[in-house]
Amino acid sequence: MKFLPLVLANLGRHKRRTFLTIASVALALFLFASLRTVVTTLDRGAQFGSARRLVVLNATGLVLPLPLSYGNRLKAVKGVAAVTWANWFGGKYGDNKRFFAQFAVDPESYLAMYPEISVPEDQKQAFLRERSSALVGRRLLDVFGWRVGQNVTIQGTIFPGDWIFTIRGVYTPTDAAINDDMMLFHHEYLEERTGRQGRVGWYVIEITDANNAAPIAKTIDDQFRNSSTPTKTGTEQAFNASFATMWGNVSLLMGTIGMAVVFAILLVTANAMMMSARERTGEVAVLKTIGFADRTLFGLVMLEAGIIALTGALIGLGGAKLLYKATNFNAAGFLPGFDVTMQTLLIGAGVALLLMLASGLVPAVRAARLPVVQALRRVE
Amino acid sequence: MKIPLSYNARSLVQRPVSTAFTAVGIALVVAVFIGMLALANGFRSALTRTGSTQNVLVLRRGADSELSSGIDRESANILAAGPHIATGPDGRPMVSAETYVVIPLPRLGEDTNTVANVVVRGVSAAAWSVRNNIKVDEGRKPESGRAEICVGKKMAGRFNHTAVGETLRFAGRPWTVVCRFSANGSAFESEIWGENEQLMPVFRRETFQSLTFRLKDPGAFDEAKRSLETDQRLTVDVHRESEFYAQQSQVLGRILQVLAVVITSIMAIGAIFGAINTMYAAVASRSPEIAVLLTLGFHPRSVLASFLAESALIAIVGGVLGALIALPINGIVTSTTNWANFSEIAFAFRVTPALLLAGLVFAVVMGLVGGFFPARRAAKLPVVQAIRG
Repeated sequence: MKFLPLVLANLGRHKRRTFLTIASVALALFLFASLRTVVTTLDRGAQFGSARRLVVLNATGLVLPLPLSYGNRLKAVKGVAAVTWANWFGGKYGDNKRFFAQFAVDPESYLAMYPEISVPEDQKQAFLRERSSALVGRRLLDVFGWRVGQNVTIQGTIFPGDWIFTIRGVYTPTDAAINDDMMLFHHEYLEERTGRQGRVGWYVIEITDANNAAPIAKTIDDQFRNSSTPTKTGTEQAFNASFATMWGNVSLLMGTIGMAVVFAILLVTANAMMMSARERTGEVAVLKTIGFADRTLFGLVMLEAGIIALTGALIGLGGAKLLYKATNFNAAGFLPGFDVTMQTLLIGAGVALLLMLASGLVPAVRAARLPVVQALRRVE
Repeated sequence: MKIPLSYNARSLVQRPVSTAFTAVGIALVVAVFIGMLALANGFRSALTRTGSTQNVLVLRRGADSELSSGIDRESANILAAGPHIATGPDGRPMVSAETYVVIPLPRLGEDTNTVANVVVRGVSAAAWSVRNNIKVDEGRKPESGRAEICVGKKMAGRFNHTAVGETLRFAGRPWTVVCRFSANGSAFESEIWGENEQLMPVFRRETFQSLTFRLKDPGAFDEAKRSLETDQRLTVDVHRESEFYAQQSQVLGRILQVLAVVITSIMAIGAIFGAINTMYAAVASRSPEIAVLLTLGFHPRSVLASFLAESALIAIVGGVLGALIALPINGIVTSTTNWANFSEIAFAFRVTPALLLAGLVFAVVMGLVGGFFPARRAAKLPVVQAIRG
């Protein structure tokens, strides 16, 4: 370590080059961390789901409804502890620039089913009491400048007309995989205004024993197999996982770009290291003459490469972590809980180490093996 | 006087490793740039090609997709009797009332546990001629009154039981695949088509979702729109088919484009830094040479131009290389979800000549930006000192 000042002095010689190289590494690792976080966030959403919650859908298609009357029959199934239901509303707000999801839910059973949706008790009671009220995610208050007590008008696309809701509550998800920009309102209100068609989008049921998920799902589907509307029951996790695959092969896309980014920056760094080494051939020869061991010279070059790679990594990875945290980024609701994970940071650090090895190795070996006499001859 | 370009070319060959590293770095940026925009392009073009400018799509008022729309039979009859509808060669009006449902089908391939949401479109007999981009490639059209379906070209290979002659099960009953159609690469190619009167009962639909007709006079769209939207008996929105589908690609198309620009900009900054380093090193190691050039009477402006050209030359090599790396992805089929109606849409990456050119221009810009400051240093080199050094 006593050579650290020497290495630092070498780095300081071409300040611009050192700065640009570190900045390139930082940008690359920032990008790497961002791309990987897209994948980990989607994966996390795909893995989200309580083992005790099952989702019951219309077997013919996700977009087709189920009869409201199924609720009581589901409740009667052995092993089912609770039942709730919801319906996709598909409304637009304002100029529709910022999309957010609205769901018509059975309020009391829905909030009981999802303890992850945390609402202050007084707001919860106010929401439950009033039929035309809405519960909105905290983020929507920031996005639209809404406040509790305000009326908002949503234009229905599936259920035509203007729908006015009074915001009575604000929820905060306790699990980051749950969107913090949903709007929930009373299914009863929807029923009332659409002429009591008795339809729901899907049911969510809670079972008493997670180990019975498969037999209970089968019991339910068998029960409705020959009815007018057959069902398809699966775990909440499987449901979320199938939603995540709807994006297509995101991990391949992000992985490929990530590789290209890392490789491109490797070239920049390796190039800078080689240029520095080439310019210093004479000096290395002098150092050798005054007694520096080959091993020491190898170490000096590697240390220089290491400082560049690790400083860059620190800025890039740390920057990504802090930036997304500070801006509360969620890609306009598409990637809830976007947060650079520890694993991503560690892999990024690993990439930085590889970068150091790959960019430093050739110049370091060259420095170690430099024939002194020939090198000195070049010095004028 | 200009310094000949061969001077720069020779200089580049003098330091092959440095040149190659810089060029390959730029190549990777250009490849990612072209690749990502080819993805956005492919998605957009699949939806843009779906609609025709001569066709009119009618949805229930306020509905933003076929999925959320509903048109009852009475309205459909009123619409079908409208005066703006072209007449086909068989003397019948060119109009198709359609039902539109999304069904889950297990995907083929490594991950068979996942399902894709596939569009099933129940059409009337006229649909095949109303949509002029539809071509039956194999088999024959479904016959009226039979449980027969025709599958889009892009279904094959992605789902089981979609070859002509096979039987596909959905909505609780078997359907015979009697044909395969292509639709000029459009979103229709990811759909299953059958007769609406067969499909509506099994999906328990009492209403159609949309109605599409060919305009008698392609210029009369505005007039048709006005007359239908103000008709007291109807509550409908009237869209030009081409605009409607193009607009469905907007959100995801824009996301992909923004992503492409953000990612490649960040990469480009890194590559530009690389070019700056390389060019500064080149200027530094060639100071005596540059001094000689200046002494010989070359104008500093010529020296500036010469070094800019050298940087641009590296970038062009990189740009061409990047275009070559990106080219093979052209035509590769991938899929994503059209969130407007929760259905999967398969499309091919589209690397167009314009995109390749854009990539090349992008490379040159990177080269010029990266080369500017080093080139200026070269032009402003103090001659006496440089020659002494």
